[in-house]
Amino acid sequence: MELTFLALLTPFIAALFAPALTRVLGARAAFVLVLAPILSFARLLTYLPDVMAGEKVTGGFAWVPSFNLSYSWYLDGLSLTFALLVTGIGALIVLYAGAYLKGHPQQGRFFAFLLAFMGAMLGLVVSDSFLMLFIHWELTSITSFLLIGFDHERQASRRAALTALAVTGGGGLFLLAGLMFLWNITGVTQFSLLLMLGDDLRSSPFYMALFGLIAMAAFTKSAQFPFHFWLPNAMAAPTPVSAYLHSATMVKAGVFLLMRLNPVMGGTPLWTIVLPVVGGVTLIAGTVMALRQRDMKLVLAQTTVASLGLLVMLTGFGTEKALEAAVLYLLAHALFKGALFMVAGQVDHGAGSRDLTEVSGLYRAMPLTGAAAGLAALSMIGFMPFAGFLAKEEIYAALSSGSPRDLLFLMTAFAGNVLMGAAALHAGISPFRGRLKAPVAHPHEGPFGLLAGPVLLSLAGLAAGVASGQFHRAFGNPMASAVAGHPVEMTISGVPHAGLPFALSVVTIAAAAWLFSRIGRVQQNARALIDALGPGPDRAFDTALDGLTRMAHGLVRRVQSGRLEHYLVVTLLCLGLTLLLSLALQGEMPRWPALGAAIPPAEALVLLLALTGVGVVLVASDRLTAIVALGIQGFAVGLIYLLYGAPDLAFTQFMVETLAVVILTLVMTRLNLKGADHRGTGERLVDGAVAVLAAAGLGLLMLKMLEGSFDGRLSDFFNLYSRTVAHGANVVNVIIVDFRGTDTLGEISVVLVTGLAILALIRLRAVAGRRRLADNDPADAEEQA
Amino acid sequence: MASTAAVSPALLEQAMSIAPVPPEHWLIVAPVLVPLAGGAALIALRHRPGAGRALVGRLSILLLALTLAANIGLFLMVVEKGALTMVMGRWLPPFGIAFTADRLGAAFSLSAAAIALLAAIFTRGEAGTGAPAYGPEPFHLLLLAGVSGAFLTGDIFNLYVWFEVLLIASFGLLALGPDRAELDGALKYGFLNLAGTTLFLVAVGLVYGVTGTLNMADLAMRLPAMEGVPAVTLAALFLFAFSMKAAAFPVQFWLPAAYHTPRASTAALFAALLTKVGVYAMLRVLVMLMPAPLEELSLLIAAIAAATMLFGGLGVLAERDLRRLPGFVLISGIGTMLAGIALHSPGGATGAIFYGLQSMALMLALYLALFEAARLAGTPDLMKGGGLYARHPLFSGLVLALFFAAAGLPPFSGFWPKALIVKAALDIGAWWLAGAVLLSGFFLTVGLARAYMLAFWHPQRPPAPVGRGPQTGQAALSARPQKLALTTILPLAVAALAVIGFGLFPERLLQLSGDAASGLADPAAYVGSVFPGAKP
Repeated sequence: MELTFLALLTPFIAALFAPALTRVLGARAAFVLVLAPILSFARLLTYLPDVMAGEKVTGGFAWVPSFNLSYSWYLDGLSLTFALLVTGIGALIVLYAGAYLKGHPQQGRFFAFLLAFMGAMLGLVVSDSFLMLFIHWELTSITSFLLIGFDHERQASRRAALTALAVTGGGGLFLLAGLMFLWNITGVTQFSLLLMLGDDLRSSPFYMALFGLIAMAAFTKSAQFPFHFWLPNAMAAPTPVSAYLHSATMVKAGVFLLMRLNPVMGGTPLWTIVLPVVGGVTLIAGTVMALRQRDMKLVLAQTTVASLGLLVMLTGFGTEKALEAAVLYLLAHALFKGALFMVAGQVDHGAGSRDLTEVSGLYRAMPLTGAAAGLAALSMIGFMPFAGFLAKEEIYAALSSGSPRDLLFLMTAFAGNVLMGAAALHAGISPFRGRLKAPVAHPHEGPFGLLAGPVLLSLAGLAAGVASGQFHRAFGNPMASAVAGHPVEMTISGVPHAGLPFALSVVTIAAAAWLFSRIGRVQQNARALIDALGPGPDRAFDTALDGLTRMAHGLVRRVQSGRLEHYLVVTLLCLGLTLLLSLALQGEMPRWPALGAAIPPAEALVLLLALTGVGVVLVASDRLTAIVALGIQGFAVGLIYLLYGAPDLAFTQFMVETLAVVILTLVMTRLNLKGADHRGTGERLVDGAVAVLAAAGLGLLMLKMLEGSFDGRLSDFFNLYSRTVAHGANVVNVIIVDFRGTDTLGEISVVLVTGLAILALIRLRAVAGRRRLADNDPADAEEQA
Repeated sequence: MASTAAVSPALLEQAMSIAPVPPEHWLIVAPVLVPLAGGAALIALRHRPGAGRALVGRLSILLLALTLAANIGLFLMVVEKGALTMVMGRWLPPFGIAFTADRLGAAFSLSAAAIALLAAIFTRGEAGTGAPAYGPEPFHLLLLAGVSGAFLTGDIFNLYVWFEVLLIASFGLLALGPDRAELDGALKYGFLNLAGTTLFLVAVGLVYGVTGTLNMADLAMRLPAMEGVPAVTLAALFLFAFSMKAAAFPVQFWLPAAYHTPRASTAALFAALLTKVGVYAMLRVLVMLMPAPLEELSLLIAAIAAATMLFGGLGVLAERDLRRLPGFVLISGIGTMLAGIALHSPGGATGAIFYGLQSMALMLALYLALFEAARLAGTPDLMKGGGLYARHPLFSGLVLALFFAAAGLPPFSGFWPKALIVKAALDIGAWWLAGAVLLSGFFLTVGLARAYMLAFWHPQRPPAPVGRGPQTGQAALSARPQKLALTTILPLAVAALAVIGFGLFPERLLQLSGDAASGLADPAAYVGSVFPGAKP
């Protein structure tokens, strides 16, 4: 078990050391770093016999037990096959990257990101616990962001990285919600337990919401229409990244998720309608867009979109045969597409361009690359006996039962395959056939690192088709069984056998070849068609993000107007509303107190005085009058304290009011303020209403509080003990210095700090005043509005 | 002495705690006492001739390290023994003031002390902006005293006093700055926070009027049992006052107006500590003392939470200034914590507490890093700087980790509380609140990634021509050395390590948060430590 854990961790560990290692060894570090995926691969391979026998390997340990989360793995046909793909192709990619980015100053960083991605992807596919899957899912988004933006000084790279992060990161949020939903509905947190549940999920009332969340996560990650646009953009990344993340592994995570959940969520009407339709649309859209492109990588990227559509369509189709086809196509695709991407990088590297109009006739200069490209392209168009052929046969076999629904999707698959075949031939054959043409004088074959990947992968595609029996037993059957949820036996072989599927395969290849022979015309038509359709989701995303940013900017600017008056009005308005609504809605409104004769004349006089003070403040024409009037109101409050037997408090109040009047008068008269109120009538009315509202809220709350009787425990205690124990005759003094002396300590420090702050304000401001006054960055302008 | 003899021992026993205080109980007040006394001492020392500033700086670090050590001691003791109480002046609660440290308070106080120490280390490397006699160190210490006092006091009026202490200390720090933008920010900060603090005082007065007590353990026993009192409106008033302190929407105005103006260490300290005090007060007063009214208000709080999260997220998307950017991250985090409180469930409170604790380290690091980035780039404007990724790869990597943590992406610390709160929200069917958490996370992800591209990935833009007017500030910025000092890197690295560490190994912190949350939901231990033998 520890070894397996280590195997899962190895890529991360290698990532940590990659930059230092590359600093020492340069590009040769690849030969050391490649050991990480190889070791992981070797360890995982030891589970193959068990999994072939239909067993499921689980293991792990508690990670965050308080959140029911374990670091645990679940190896069945699906996850093990994926894990072997991730580490196997990963090893070739590390070698490839070593040669491809040789001499790049940031190659170490690149290795680190690449290996971190590998660890994330590996963790994603083997995860048993939901949250562990999610964490690795997001990690793949993050590392993909870093890899797409690797060439960070280019605008296109940055934009592509942001798009990818927004789409796949946003999809990740749906996944988190979906997994939490799964947890809530079923009470389990692990796939190994979830897969034993049978029909619980399908019959749950929350199935629809759950499906929506999971589908959104899968569609964004696996680039389904209309979220596909991030994937072609992601081609801004260096080619090893495109070959690895954006064709062979990461983009299949969405398909993986659907396959993983198929046994417990598949087969419902929703599943079998939404997935095939979305997948079918993506398939056709992807192929048409592929035919428009001239850049080899973009052609391949668009066919990847199409292939992902095909996979989603098959996964959702709902028959065992379709699932078999999906499994076969997924495996074949990983092999041939990985190879073709690496070929594209090779051509770019060796011939100086990967624009299909700029390079041709390279077969002599780059024979091995050309051979690999040819083999991979043949597999991609479904030529026998390649793995692609097995997949294509199975697809047609799965869709040819004859029902109208089957017929619809059969036609979709056929059209998609033909168009994709033409694109495959274009990308795989065009650079190598015909007259030699290349931007560089001497196109040449790359070093071993660049060659190993495409050659091995394209040969693997051939081997899988030739030895189809062994291939099915080792990978196809276990994987299809895991996806279907029950044992599945595949029979398709590389040897043709008469029937509708074979006939369709032949027609597909012929049609693709015919289209390829007139590829120029086809490209024009594809371009015209797409232009006619208008701007796509790519542009729409930009517009949406731009609009959102602008809206946010407007909102923030409006809310943070920079005016203190505005802030205070909103604050008091909220206060008034909160209190009044709460009092009213919660039935806490006070009874109206009995007034009138009960008020003694002295109190009435004081009250009148206070009201007069406030009234004068409101109508005062100059500031001095207003300040003095406010002082009158304060003195009246002091008088109330006096009337109720709190002389200490009253005298404090008198002192404070006197000082306030003096200081305010001094300050206000020294500032060159306008004499009159600058507010208009409307503004004054609003301010007044807000003030009344807030005051009413506080006043009513106070009245309500006064309805109850006061519990005088503390006063009684203070009266009882202040002389006898605390030795003080004045209870207030004893409270301040003894009973609640800690409060006083705090208040003393407040006074201290206030003094120091004022001192600093005066001294520093004086210095600053001599130096310069306004030193605001333009960005601060908002606050000065 | 004579009159003491006149009081019968039985009577005395009802008033005072006669038994000697176990020496280790002094740890309960040490986190307040050390910085308070230390701050005063530094003020006294600041005019010493010669290397006064350097001495003050070194002493402040020593004092903060001492505070941290006291906090560690207190924390370990509380974890081992549960809530502990020490009464001030030996007056028994509810008559005197009690300091009560439970897991929540001790954990918050410990993190605050660690943060203050890191900020002080950073201060040592900061270019001095004022006269040596007006350095920020005494204010740092007094600020920490106020913050720790708020976390550890067991008396609601005393809580208000500490609010005042930290408010005035923070105001003093803002007032130390050299230019008008700072004064403008300080003014708005001061006015609005004073209003919030005053409302808190009004609420405390009303609570005293209703219950006749100020001790929180006493309140925990009495308040829930009282009938005919405007409990919900009182709770609403507390909620309002604390929302102002915490900068929840729509009363967040002071934060974006002020937090970008002071020096980096000050802004970072504020961001890490001040708003957390508001959230802490909500947890203590609303969750622990007023659970029933909180239930009534939960929909309102949830709405505030959603609005705050989304406003913060949109602010991050909209912001062009590196120094203002983290303010909106902070606001959206406040919303996340409010969402946890609104859920009124163990999971929600645990999430809020976890978020608060990890957010202290995160916000400190984020503020320090982005202010530093603005300095290195020569401008805080995202559209004008650039090139940091090429020039400072390690620093840039650190910022990226902080950004992902802030956006709540795994495997960083911000992920766990969000996941907890989403789960807790779905548990009670509040799918819209879960949606708001996720949507604000999306805004943060895109907004921060965009900012990262503009300031870090984008190649360095040519500096604007130096002329009069607005450019002078920028010229002043770029004139400073383009180097990262150890005093800059060390606090950043420690805080970032915490963010990554809590991300990879959240279990301990999660358990602590869970225990703290259950201590609030069932305050028996808290009450028991204040009133031995009492039943809440």
